[in-house]
Amino acid sequence: MAIQNNRLTAEQYEQNFSDIHPPFETHNAALVEANRCLFCYDAPCTKSCPTSINIPKFIKQITTENIKGSAHTIFQSNIMGAGCSKVCPVEKLCEGSCVYNLMDEPAIPIAKLQRYSTEKALANNWQLFERKKSTGKKVAIVGAGPAGLSCAHVLAREGVDVTIYEKESKGGGLMTYGIAAYKVTPQFCEDEVNYIVGIGGIEIKYNQELGKDLPAGRQGITLAKLQKNYDSVYLAIGVGLARQLAIPGEDLEGVEDAIKFIYEIRNTKYEKVNVGDKVAVIGMGMTAIDAATQAKRLGANEVTMVYRRTENEKPCTDVELDIAKLDGCNIIWLAAPKEIKGHGKVEQLVCSKMQLGEPDASGRRSPVDTGETFTLNVDMVIKAAGQIPYEALIKDCALNNNHGKLIIDANQSTNIKGVFAGGDAVNGGKEVVDAVQAGKDGAKAILNYIMPQMHE
Amino acid sequence: MANISSNFLGIKSPNPFWLASAPPTDKKINVIRAYEAGWGGVVWKTLGSQVKNVSSRYSAVDYGGQRVMGFNNIELISDRPLDINLKEITEVVKLFPDRATIVSLMADNNRESWHELIKKCEDAGAMGFELNFGCPHGMTERGMGAAVGQDPEIACMVVEWVMEKATIPVITKLTPNVHSVVPTGRSVVKAGTHGLSLINTIQSITGVDLDTFVPNPYVAGKSVFGGYCGPAVKPIALKMLTTIAQDELTGKVPISGIGGISTWKDAVEFMLLGAGNVQVCTAAMKHGFRIIEDMCEGLNNWMDEKGFKTLNDFIGKSVPTVTHWEDLDINYHHIAKINQDKCIHCGLCYITCEDTSHQSINLTYGKPYNTYTIKEEECVGCNLCKLVCPVDNCITMEEQRVAPEYINWKMWQEQGLPLNDH
Ligand SMILES: Cc1cc2nc3c(=O)[nH]c(=O)nc-3n(C[C@H](O)[C@H](O)[C@H](O)COP(=O)(O)OP(=O)(O)OC[C@H]3O[C@@H](n4cnc5c(N)ncnc54)[C@H](O)[C@@H]3O)c2cc1C
Ligand SMILES: Cc1cc2nc3c(=O)[nH]c(=O)nc-3n(C[C@H](O)[C@H](O)[C@H](O)COP(=O)(O)O)c2cc1C
Ligand code: SF4
Ligand code: SF4
Ligand code: SF4
Repeated sequence: MAIQNNRLTAEQYEQNFSDIHPPFETHNAALVEANRCLFCYDAPCTKSCPTSINIPKFIKQITTENIKGSAHTIFQSNIMGAGCSKVCPVEKLCEGSCVYNLMDEPAIPIAKLQRYSTEKALANNWQLFERKKSTGKKVAIVGAGPAGLSCAHVLAREGVDVTIYEKESKGGGLMTYGIAAYKVTPQFCEDEVNYIVGIGGIEIKYNQELGKDLPAGRQGITLAKLQKNYDSVYLAIGVGLARQLAIPGEDLEGVEDAIKFIYEIRNTKYEKVNVGDKVAVIGMGMTAIDAATQAKRLGANEVTMVYRRTENEKPCTDVELDIAKLDGCNIIWLAAPKEIKGHGKVEQLVCSKMQLGEPDASGRRSPVDTGETFTLNVDMVIKAAGQIPYEALIKDCALNNNHGKLIIDANQSTNIKGVFAGGDAVNGGKEVVDAVQAGKDGAKAILNYIMPQMHE
Repeated sequence: MANISSNFLGIKSPNPFWLASAPPTDKKINVIRAYEAGWGGVVWKTLGSQVKNVSSRYSAVDYGGQRVMGFNNIELISDRPLDINLKEITEVVKLFPDRATIVSLMADNNRESWHELIKKCEDAGAMGFELNFGCPHGMTERGMGAAVGQDPEIACMVVEWVMEKATIPVITKLTPNVHSVVPTGRSVVKAGTHGLSLINTIQSITGVDLDTFVPNPYVAGKSVFGGYCGPAVKPIALKMLTTIAQDELTGKVPISGIGGISTWKDAVEFMLLGAGNVQVCTAAMKHGFRIIEDMCEGLNNWMDEKGFKTLNDFIGKSVPTVTHWEDLDINYHHIAKINQDKCIHCGLCYITCEDTSHQSINLTYGKPYNTYTIKEEECVGCNLCKLVCPVDNCITMEEQRVAPEYINWKMWQEQGLPLNDH
């Protein structure tokens, strides 16, 4: 067998891509856990949430059957609270800090409770915020991902008219196009975007790409145009391009970029997605895990993840690694891809055996080539060695940057006056929840900028 | 193994746990099941004149995700025909001669009715009587139940009628719906009752339905005050029990403790405060009769640990420790201490002391975990932090006497010592 699609039955696809964290079935089930929450003061869980959701409060509100209030508490800090409840690596965030861990008891399932309240809000379209009277101020946001949407919602609440320019045909950013299908469905992402813009005062213009010299047929916008037509601009374009491995054989048929692979899973029917028989995945971040597990779930026989450092240095969390292991993915530590071999198509991945050397400046021990190699017989290689920013675009716009990562000051502002930025485009790629917080910070800065008298 | 058998007014039972007069004891099938499960005795559901019940009848207070912290009912006395009850009592006594089968009575308010009822029940084989002077609803409107128990003179009169006729032990059950249970208690002891039991249920509204706006329990768009019982009433029952146990007159007769008893621990507390035995209703109604097993085993193990051989070794032991406020030792002082190894940094102690007590806890900021320590010189030793701390023995109270000698409030004033520490 080689690369092919339609490996499984409809039921198998259905089962493999069903929700990895099923919700509470009943109010009672939610109550059992909600009632366990101690209602901590200056709660460690809240402090470990990048958007500082008042967790004890929203959980308490579930116990008092004030579900609207609970959802409001969540959305007040994080308008993507519904999505975050499904995709956040909570074991290293809120749940990881829950005081129950210190009693060696299971942490409160904060995400699951958060999902409980927010899903009800989405399902019933409870619009819990009232948009202030229009101020007549206009802001353009580039990118309808988490950072852009979060920024837009805060601005809309304050009576600003927001226009979002998005190059894709759907909103949600990597939430829609990148995150594993068993975490969020395309339908959910669409619902969430609709819910957010439901407040009013936010218009998303799809298929509009910021950039110069557009290929024929694509409608274009430029930063200069936006600056001219709006009181302020917020750049939330994320990072998009996959990092190249820069090894021989990278252009063979069967070498795929993880983001593209996942994008396809998210954008087409499962049975239409091609996957190899024996797949190697390069990397050990969240993207690598998602690619490996989903390759397996699409029906690949053997999936092997290779990572150049050891388990101690891995960028994914233990929970994520466990998902991959439970899905039956093989893991090879201390292995760096050296060459991809094949005749037109991928046949082998040659890896160098590594060992950990001296700690570098950051204290992390970097891998050193031992000179030995080993070979994996594979028919597909998925590259998940990280993404790189839209360096060319950013340079074209004359924006200060660090290898393409936008540089902003403490006030969220780029070097161009009135142009602010945040999210993956600035931090180089973190989590959805970080992008949401960035959007809030950006909105606050923009409000200060466009209405200084009101936001002193 | 300790001996947990009980002798209350000469009525013997293998353990001190009786089922209180209520639905669990209203017919033969229940009582047989209770005895098979191991209950020491029952007080048969109150017999008297014929009544009619309504639907619905019960409601409850839930708390923190737990059901039935408090329970209330608007039921009347037994609504089954007297003859059937009497026949079943006879059968039960015959089947279980080693258990205490007591019958609760509430006759119409005249001598003849009481005498007639007593005669019939004695003939049926009752081992003792409990006079229901406590039912707070339905019967009171007919001048019975709590209406009797709330008026020491009427109570005295009824007990006198009963004592004229009864040849078996008589317990009088007191209502808590009074300022103090002592006046009626004294009055019925003077009238000759052999023993007392308390408490019956407390008048209550458990809650209001936020959709219908009608309180619970709901009967065709209306509700009435119901009798409250279950774990929520235990502290009130213990207080009332103590006042009866400490009174020089009522303290001389055996007392059957009732009100919110769910576990062997609750039972032991009642007995330490003077109850010769205990009665249980709500806990059985919530869980069924099987709770008796742990009640017996737990009591037994506790007695072994403490070295008590029989129940009499500890009944009433705590009564003398309840004193008057003005006799408390003002020089006694203890302060909170946090065991940092056990602390889980929930901050509950801090916010509770900061907002509502004496601002005696320090917060040292940390991410994500703050550190909390006691400001020893500020702490008044109120216990609040210890009470709210979710970790057992994490906060302990350490004795730090102000001065070695005993001094109470009266002495303090006489000596003109300073007031207002904080
Ligand atoms: C495979 C993968 C899995 C992930 N899994 C998780 C996870 O499980 N949990 C989690 O919390 N995070 C996860 N992340 C990270 C998370 O998706 C990102 O941190 C988050 O989406 C960043 O939000 P953002 O708004 O900054 O950028 P994005 O989500 O990337 O949104 C940027 C938006 O801007 C648009 N855009 C880009 N360029 C232009 C342009 N020139 N003109 C107009 N529009 C443009 C893009 O189309 C996109 O819609 C994952 C990421 C990847 C790649
Ligand atoms: C449904 C119900 C019916 C009751 N009926 C009687 C009764 O007929 N006679 C009586 O003396 N007490 C009656 N009681 C009161 C109980 O005997 C007992 O005194 C009270 O419930 C407190 O005990 P507990 O907290 O263990 O339930 C009744 C209680 C309940 C819940
Ligand atoms: S740390 Fe845990 S127990 Fe405390 S408030 Fe947060 S979720 Fe609740
Ligand atoms: S005992 Fe009372 S005063 Fe002392 S620290 Fe605790 S709550 Fe504060
Ligand atoms: S209440 Fe107890 S566990 Fe919580 S911070 Fe205070 S001492 Fe620590």
